[in-house]
Amino acid sequence: MTPRRTPRAATALAAALALLTATGCGIGSDPLAAGEEGADRDGSGPVVVGSANFLDSLLVANIYAEALRAEGIEVEERYNIASREAYVPGLIDGSIDLIPEYSGALLQYVDPETEATADAEVLEELRVQLPEGLAVLEASEAQSKDVLVVTGETAAEHGLETVSDLVPLAGEMTLGGPPEWKTRHNGIVGLREVYGLEFATFVALDAGGPLSLNAVTNGQVDVVDLFTTDPAIGERDLVMLEDDRGLFLAENILPLVRDRAVDGEARAVLDAVSARLNTDDIREMMGRIISQRENPTLVARDWLTANGLA
Amino acid sequence: MNLIEWFADPAHWAGPDGIPRQVLTHLVYCAIAAAVAIVVALPAGLVIGHTGRGAVVVAGLANALRALPTLGLLIAAVLLVSPHVGSQLAFTVPALIVLVVLAIPPILTNAYAGVTAVPPQVRTAAHGIGMRPWQVLLTVELPCALPLVISGVRSASLQLVSTATVAAYVSLGGLGRYIIDGQAQLDYTQMLAGAILVALLAIVVEALLLLLERLVVSPGLTGRLRRLPDPDRAPGAGPDPAPTAAPVAAPASGRAP
Repeated sequence: MTPRRTPRAATALAAALALLTATGCGIGSDPLAAGEEGADRDGSGPVVVGSANFLDSLLVANIYAEALRAEGIEVEERYNIASREAYVPGLIDGSIDLIPEYSGALLQYVDPETEATADAEVLEELRVQLPEGLAVLEASEAQSKDVLVVTGETAAEHGLETVSDLVPLAGEMTLGGPPEWKTRHNGIVGLREVYGLEFATFVALDAGGPLSLNAVTNGQVDVVDLFTTDPAIGERDLVMLEDDRGLFLAENILPLVRDRAVDGEARAVLDAVSARLNTDDIREMMGRIISQRENPTLVARDWLTANGLA
Repeated sequence: MNLIEWFADPAHWAGPDGIPRQVLTHLVYCAIAAAVAIVVALPAGLVIGHTGRGAVVVAGLANALRALPTLGLLIAAVLLVSPHVGSQLAFTVPALIVLVVLAIPPILTNAYAGVTAVPPQVRTAAHGIGMRPWQVLLTVELPCALPLVISGVRSASLQLVSTATVAAYVSLGGLGRYIIDGQAQLDYTQMLAGAILVALLAIVVEALLLLLERLVVSPGLTGRLRRLPDPDRAPGAGPDPAPTAAPVAAPASGRAP
């Protein structure tokens, strides 16, 4: 781009952004079609299913979509929408009607001051705090939340089952986690306050990514923060320590919907899915998608069939 | 908290996470990487420049190394090294490797270019008075090439000071800690403070290396030497090799066989 063109491009971009804001269009929606699929639509058109741009969200979105289809409900897919900051406004303006969500993260998004961490507490507050027009349906017991993990070897050597079991050992152990754990209650601060855990050293890695996984399997750290849905936990013989004092925020997977767009029939289908979905199933399905490169839609269909939902 | 308050907070100056300690850690990584890169690249560059052999290889290799994305290389190196090293060295060694890889190309190419740029008549004269090849290299070509060699070290050092911040991505210390942690914790003041510290450190390192260059480069090469009247020779009589030895101006062509 030549320097001379830059101001014009910037002006055009600003104008486009202003237009988008003015018409209240969200991600991926066609501004010209806003009247058709805007907030006025009731349960008549297709249900537009969205997902966030990471794998377990995409998987659950596929499960929701395929479950609805199996009951003859028309579905449109709009997957891989960047982040909560993009898709929640998209739900409000009608760009999408339904998206898998995580109870704790969603609650922190709508109420950053919240202190709730337990499953029921989070869900209750969520129902109160959600913006007008949005609703969460029945939550599944499946959770994608932080979990402290040790190798099978470490667990056997010290008889570790819960986070509390770490208390006498932590002084000689190294903890790995994302850099934000240094200052977060949902991290080192909470481990100290809730459990009295003081690790000898903290190693700042990534948020449940390859660095964390490698560091624990290869012994650079003794304990590491991963996500409960990480298929590597099973594949690499890692042991999840039970969060016996409820430090980590509940992250039950549940459908977040635009109230008017999802009717009773669709809700019944989604509730039936949530009643069956659990963390182990998600982890196993994630393993199939990641390690065996299977198609998420097919994996979702298999799960529905196995659970009598399709 | 604004930037001034951040820097004024005594908590940020003390302890293992304090600014002095992080600056020191940062400098240690840079110094080790620079030292290894000099040991590897300087002799190689000098010999290639002296013999003229392997110039194509060196250009290709140096450019290929330059094209490697440091962060990607770092993560790949950690994933490769960590199964074989149980301790925290699994992070330190890969970080140093990528920094060495980053520092080699400027040092190597400048050493090579510096030697090639030595005027042929200087080299011929050295041979002519009976110097052996290694003497020519070490006592004639290297001193003549020094301005370019040091500028290679300078540019490598600048890149090291700015890039050593990636070490923090794999849990290590240094000024990158403020940038990576600041981003993860949405603490943009901390991030900005880290960036400013890196910039300041880069300026200090650059100033020190400029000083070093002044001290070690022969005044005859830099034009700083005030020409004294030469009792044995009429002023302006015959060509004097020294002023023409400014390496940048000299074409990298013809050389004595």
